[in-house]
Amino acid sequence: MSGVLRHRLVWPVLALVLLLLLNQGFRSDFLVVRLQDGHLYGSLIDILRNGAPTLLIALGMTLVIASRGIDLSVGAVAAIAGAVSCTYIYNSDNPGSFSTAASAVALAVAAGLVLGAWNGLLVSVIGIQPIIATLVLMTAGRGLAQLVTDGQIISVSNEPFHAIGSGFFLTLPISILIAAGAFAGAALLTRRTALGTLIESVGINPVASRLSGLSARRILWIVYIFSGFCAAAAGLMISSNVTAADANNAGLFIEMDAILAVVIGGTSLAGGRYSLVGTLVGALIIQTLTTTVYTLGIPPEVTLVFKALVVILVCLLQSPKARTLLRQRRRRVPVLPETKAAV
Amino acid sequence: MSVLTSPSAPATRQRISRLQGKARYAPTAATIVLFFAMFAAGSVIYPGFFSGQVFLNLLIDNTFLIVLAVGMTFVILTGGIDLSVGSVVALSMMIAAALLQEGWNPLAVIAVVLLTGAVFGLLMGLVIQVFEIQPFIVTLAGLFLARGLCYVISLDAITVTDPFFTSMAQARIRLPGHMFVSPGVIIALLFVAAAFFVLHQTRFGRTVYAIGGGEASAKLMGLAVPRTKVLVYTVSGFCSATAGILFSFYSLSGYSLAAQGMELDAIAAVVVGGTLLTGGYGYVVGSLAGVLVLGIVQTFISYQGTLSSWWTRIVIGALLLLFILLQKVFSRKTRIT
Repeated sequence: MSGVLRHRLVWPVLALVLLLLLNQGFRSDFLVVRLQDGHLYGSLIDILRNGAPTLLIALGMTLVIASRGIDLSVGAVAAIAGAVSCTYIYNSDNPGSFSTAASAVALAVAAGLVLGAWNGLLVSVIGIQPIIATLVLMTAGRGLAQLVTDGQIISVSNEPFHAIGSGFFLTLPISILIAAGAFAGAALLTRRTALGTLIESVGINPVASRLSGLSARRILWIVYIFSGFCAAAAGLMISSNVTAADANNAGLFIEMDAILAVVIGGTSLAGGRYSLVGTLVGALIIQTLTTTVYTLGIPPEVTLVFKALVVILVCLLQSPKARTLLRQRRRRVPVLPETKAAV
Repeated sequence: MSVLTSPSAPATRQRISRLQGKARYAPTAATIVLFFAMFAAGSVIYPGFFSGQVFLNLLIDNTFLIVLAVGMTFVILTGGIDLSVGSVVALSMMIAAALLQEGWNPLAVIAVVLLTGAVFGLLMGLVIQVFEIQPFIVTLAGLFLARGLCYVISLDAITVTDPFFTSMAQARIRLPGHMFVSPGVIIALLFVAAAFFVLHQTRFGRTVYAIGGGEASAKLMGLAVPRTKVLVYTVSGFCSATAGILFSFYSLSGYSLAAQGMELDAIAAVVVGGTLLTGGYGYVVGSLAGVLVLGIVQTFISYQGTLSSWWTRIVIGALLLLFILLQKVFSRKTRIT
């Protein structure tokens, strides 16, 4: 039993379950999932669907953070991807066709890969600290997105494109399937091959990794390019869902949500240790938190305050100093099951 | 090495080669030269650009950014970062506007706002110091919290009609040669002067530089490292609140979405001004020059007329990159991987 309690995912999962139960307490049909016209509906499906872009970006962010980096530019990259795809569809000769949608998606993904490679170049070859290197694109990125859309909100009507964010396949929303696919892909690639261990090794000590014959540079390229790819996919989902590209607001603050999801999931911000399942749980907690705020009838804008308090709490629990303090306290007061569990 | 580096990895810091002798001034000098070159270029290209008032307008339009950059300089000099400043500016504006609407005395309002900002910074500093969490994640939480509190105060914009605030907004201090500045400019320049004095003439200032140069060494030298690190974030919070008041003087309203992304402008100004992001090197005068460079970019784009406003962000991003690359050259740190 104590072994289960010590597992690092216990607390995030418990928090998620508590949040869901809280919602169920306020709305009795919350946990009900029903099948209608061959599509699954319900609050749980909504949480998964609305959380899909955050989860995608958080996946990329997990690997970046595992390499002791950070990618602040994901929101801007998502906006650029949305802008590129919508502008392409808007200007094409046949704006409703499947081939147009496919080319638009390919263009957006290519843009994401290029921007990810740009971050990788700055971090791995030039050696700029990740937070600053990606800050450049975070600052300039929204400007680039507005350059693409010419400062307009570009609305498109293209059924195949719209399906990415709001279509259904085999009863499930397509966006959930995309996110699940990306999750499975990332998990297989990093945990079934040596890649995950190599990323962690670079995160723990890039110099030692290089000296032991590992191309730390290549690993860094890979994680930033993957992050760019995830951001582009999320950007496609966001713009497809509203069938428009909003260079200013698409993916705004999503980098914060993604970092939050990663941190809640138990991935250390100091690098060298990551958990993709943890990130999945973290992303679900964030989306459920947002939903809870709606359920409880709190003004949705106040969500930010909640998120801030959650970040602080989680960081405090993660910090070695706080754990030491708690442990000392436990030693002095031996009968305190809660504090024991928190350690 | 980076703000993300955990406190347990101080060894990498020593790899930064020291900026010896006069080379210390090179990044800041480069910024000042760049500013004058841009001003000269503008004077040649655009008629009416070459005037003292255009220069003074740069100050008038960027008073809040100057004060923000001053606070940010302290933080970055210690090797930290403060992402919350833009939100604290918005929160200060909201508190000021809401209290003025309640009919509070404007001076009492200003006192409350400044105190709130300083306490906000103090709390973040304490969390960073006591629990040894990276400054970037703590101030990110601060960003969320302050922005969320804005929404709690009011979802709509609140107009400021207080006579003292409006008089500060409209007041112009005449200078010789038909030129003028706003009272905010005087306040901002006083902040720069005070910061210059504190950083170079006091024990606190030297400790700030020492922490940036190497926290472990600073501790071994017996300097008050924990207290200074907490104070640095308090200074930044206080500066953010002051910037909020100055922004209120400028815009005469409180709005939850105000100053979004201003933390990026402040960081960009400090970096462009030649302060090393790893800490330990840099001058507050450089940050002032950095703000002026960002301001002149905006002036260029408005004089050009055909360029859209989003070019500002792209150019600022490019400048940021340019100066980061320059920093790499100056600090001669080559490989990290």
